[in-house]
Amino acid sequence: MKLSTVIEMKGISKSFPGIKANDDINLSVEKGEIHVLLGENGAGKSTLMNILYGLYQPDEGQIFIKGKAARISNPNVAISLGIGMVHQHFMLVEPFTVAENIVLGSEPKKGTSLDLDKAIKDVEELSKKYELKVDAKSLISDISVGMQQRVEILKTLYRGADILIFDEPTAVLTPQEIEELGVIMESLVSQGKTIILITHKLKEVMAMSDRVTIIRRGKVIDTLNTKETDIDELAEKMVGRKVNLHVEKLEKASDTPVLEVKGLKALDSRGLEAVKGVDFEVRSGEILGIAGVDGNGQTQLIQAITGLQKLTAGEVLLNGKEITGLPPKDVIDSGVGHIPEDRHKRGLILNYTLAENSILGSHKNKKFKSKFGLSYPKIREHARRLIKEFDVRTPNENVEARSLSGGNQQKLIIAREVDRDPSLCIAAQPTRGLDVGAIEFVHKRLVELRDSGKAVLLVSLELDEIMSLSDRIAVMYDGKIVDIVDAKDATEKKLGILMAGGSIQAEK
Amino acid sequence: MEGFLLILSIIVPATIRSATPLMFAALGGNFSERSGVVNIGLDGIMTVGAFSAVFFSYKTGSPWMGLLGAMVAGGLFGLLLAFLSIRFKANQVIVGTAINILAASLTTFLLVAIWGKPGQTNSVSAFQNWGPFNIFTYLAFVLVGVSYYVMFKTPFGLRLRAVGEHPKAADTLGVNVQLTRYLCVILSGVLGGIGGASLSIGSMNLFKEGMVAGRGFIALAALIFGKWNPIGTAGACLFFGFAVALEIVSNKLPIPREFIFAMPYILTMLAVSGFIGKAVAPAASGIPYEKGER
Repeated sequence: MKLSTVIEMKGISKSFPGIKANDDINLSVEKGEIHVLLGENGAGKSTLMNILYGLYQPDEGQIFIKGKAARISNPNVAISLGIGMVHQHFMLVEPFTVAENIVLGSEPKKGTSLDLDKAIKDVEELSKKYELKVDAKSLISDISVGMQQRVEILKTLYRGADILIFDEPTAVLTPQEIEELGVIMESLVSQGKTIILITHKLKEVMAMSDRVTIIRRGKVIDTLNTKETDIDELAEKMVGRKVNLHVEKLEKASDTPVLEVKGLKALDSRGLEAVKGVDFEVRSGEILGIAGVDGNGQTQLIQAITGLQKLTAGEVLLNGKEITGLPPKDVIDSGVGHIPEDRHKRGLILNYTLAENSILGSHKNKKFKSKFGLSYPKIREHARRLIKEFDVRTPNENVEARSLSGGNQQKLIIAREVDRDPSLCIAAQPTRGLDVGAIEFVHKRLVELRDSGKAVLLVSLELDEIMSLSDRIAVMYDGKIVDIVDAKDATEKKLGILMAGGSIQAEK
Repeated sequence: MEGFLLILSIIVPATIRSATPLMFAALGGNFSERSGVVNIGLDGIMTVGAFSAVFFSYKTGSPWMGLLGAMVAGGLFGLLLAFLSIRFKANQVIVGTAINILAASLTTFLLVAIWGKPGQTNSVSAFQNWGPFNIFTYLAFVLVGVSYYVMFKTPFGLRLRAVGEHPKAADTLGVNVQLTRYLCVILSGVLGGIGGASLSIGSMNLFKEGMVAGRGFIALAALIFGKWNPIGTAGACLFFGFAVALEIVSNKLPIPREFIFAMPYILTMLAVSGFIGKAVAPAASGIPYEKGER
């Protein structure tokens, strides 16, 4: 293999208000390699790639593409230089067909008309050439997530890209789809393409890459050959200290159900049935994990249990008492703690201080009242205690929740919910967007809750998280629970099959 | 039977005549909303168009110059809406409402300033009928076809719809989101202006205060009714036109007149409340596009 540098970024710096996202970054990528940019959320990986793709302009620094200095002022320039980007959140127009999405912006013409027949033909040829199976005439809204990703890849290839940037491509995929993506990337490289892969998942780095550049807080820490490193070294470089990736957990068994859900059905915002009859129970002293690809009804299930949305059928029992369809206030009072999946929308009021946020949901409790209204001294004292006990890093309790990092915001929410001493704690994607340190903390607290005899219902899209924390794992697909398996018997492969709607029996 | 034919011979042309101004405005709204900008100001833009048409016809003696003037004035008001809602990301509904108020008061003021009397202008030279209709009706039907072709059969149409559905996706493929929106909103103003002119120098030969009478809003309802598709929208306009035409023959029908008068508005409400099938608006309609939003 003849090596030649296709991308050279030198001294790139970029600031956003209040944060230096990229600080004097140097990166060089060789032709025909799969080069990983590894870093935690907010480390500056995506910013760097958005600069390379012309979506942002760097404050300082130079870019050389195939040896020539380039000023990439907008995506058109990047495209003409042969750079293509597969975005983390797919950039697909839902009511358009696959072919329309792929040709958008560089459409084939016949006279003044759009030549849709040629578009379809081109897409089919391209799909065959790179073995990326898509259905050119289908609407985006009708195809699977995996195919949507292939459409994104084809979009770049249609424009003649030979350098492909993948931004966190595995976040929305099942384990099988991730494996498929690995094969696709190998085959692209074998056809002369160069790939930059942005990720924070260490396993993917080891499985998919040739070299890895680690970025932490906007700076390049190191560039390593994947063969010469291991997961522990990468984790340490990514986080900046030694990390314990293993969750310690005592054996525990109990048969007392805390939460019982029977035949629950609920609609989504479009009025379609999103939860189609779900039965399960969560026992005291256990963590029940709900695994599944995003959008299979998990959100609606949680909202229906917590009273945030109506359910259309079924019942919900807490400690044997019916709480079906109660308003959120009564659900909280009956002993449910809720760490919501969108902490900015549901978990906190960002313009309120930490003190005010710390009593949301228990603001009617007598202990926070004075004669006529709320007693701020009491509230602040309460908040100070939570901040201390849960190690929330903040100057004081009077700053706005907005000013905290995601990890500290999450700690505050957990503090508030746990402090109410609920018999059931619902944690929906509790570590989304958090750095490794905060993830460790959240995991430890959830296990502590379990060990103290509470029931924990964990919903997560991260399969690793589900597998390391749960005692039992329920897999959701298309609004139903496909199966509930014991965590001891669960393997990634098995869960992956269930997450795609298959059954384990059929696979045997 | 003869009575029925007589009624039909009155109703059909009346339907088409009443639908004409609606069709221009609705096509305007179609371009604007498909590109992601809600144009509530269409009613005001029609008023401005109606007034400008009379003014320029009065000054030059030519209805053709009147039509041109209406297009330019409408386009300028479209530009104003575009500038405020795209450049400054102002709330589009509020800007549109402001344009409606501005149009009503500005024309009332200029009416007195130019003709020296309130209420209505003097007669000016207007378009004559060619056959059963005036030029506007023929133009409206041609533009429906052209709009459909542009929106659904050309690269520009694909881009403008992409911009209205998922501007960021369009941006990442190098489509100029802002420019596309500017063009569409200005075009929407031009079409609204023609719609206004079709009232003042088409069906009549003068400008009267309040002569647009909410047609801009009915056009928006027709847009929803027609599911943001020029042909469907034109059909909806004809339907609303039919309701208006019924008024003309209402004394020959066994239905209370008041009910017939209320018909267009009842239909509008039904259309807007999604009674007639589920209409899905362009996903990014009404939302300003933030480049580089994180």
